[in-house]
Amino acid sequence: MIPATLNSYLFVSVVLFAIGLVGVLVRRNTLIVFMCLELMLVASTLALVAFSRYNGTMDGNVFVFFILTVAAAEVAVGLAIIVALFRKRQTIQLDQLNALKD
Amino acid sequence: MGSLLFNVLALSTLIAAAGVVVNKNAVNASMCLLLSLVGVSGLFVALESYLLAFLLLLVYAGAIAALFLFIVMLLDTKGDARPTLHRLPLVARVLAVGLVGLGLVSFAVRGQLASSDLAKVPAVGASLKLYAYQLFTTYLLPVQILGFLLLIAMLGVIVLSKRFEGLEDIK
Repeated sequence: MIPATLNSYLFVSVVLFAIGLVGVLVRRNTLIVFMCLELMLVASTLALVAFSRYNGTMDGNVFVFFILTVAAAEVAVGLAIIVALFRKRQTIQLDQLNALKD
Repeated sequence: MGSLLFNVLALSTLIAAAGVVVNKNAVNASMCLLLSLVGVSGLFVALESYLLAFLLLLVYAGAIAALFLFIVMLLDTKGDARPTLHRLPLVARVLAVGLVGLGLVSFAVRGQLASSDLAKVPAVGASLKLYAYQLFTTYLLPVQILGFLLLIAMLGVIVLSKRFEGLEDIK
């Protein structure tokens, strides 16, 4: 049983971020890569909230508020781009989207 | 009690997050994302930031995960037999696992931040009034910029998803 200290919250946040990063690097499906990006954002918010709680300050909480809003806008635009991409190329697999590479 | 809650929530969050990465099916992956977000929201409750926990559920689980599910169903990219993972070279694989493992172990063993006694620190995140005060005084300009950002994002999504007749040659 791990005690709930600042260190353990940060450790959870770091592991969550690492899982998201692995997903971004390893997966081929654009949608799942995008989901892993969201995981990384949420991991950073967890660290901010933990710091805020353990220091008794408000700034981390307010920053999380802003991150949530930006993430919502980002997801809307990103998914619109993915849908437009699918319309044009009929695929969302990253290894087939190599028009700039070749 | 607090420690048990933390352990259960953290474990379920991390397992669900791993599920996002390893799941072949995009529908299952987005369901795992939803579970993971609920876990993080529970951790926010454990940290006594009730407003943020509620917002996370509302914005992420309610809107974003639902949007993901909607797009997965819309695109319907099932049925490709190719492997879902990139085939990384062996050197890259060993290097990546080693670096990430080293980072995590060193964080767990060496990173000892002073953890203050929670009973003495006031739970400022629990008070709704403080959020309102901060957002409308110190952070008023960022709030306005965010409003502008949301407007731009909305316009961008409309431009991206609408087909413009007769303008195809410009694109």
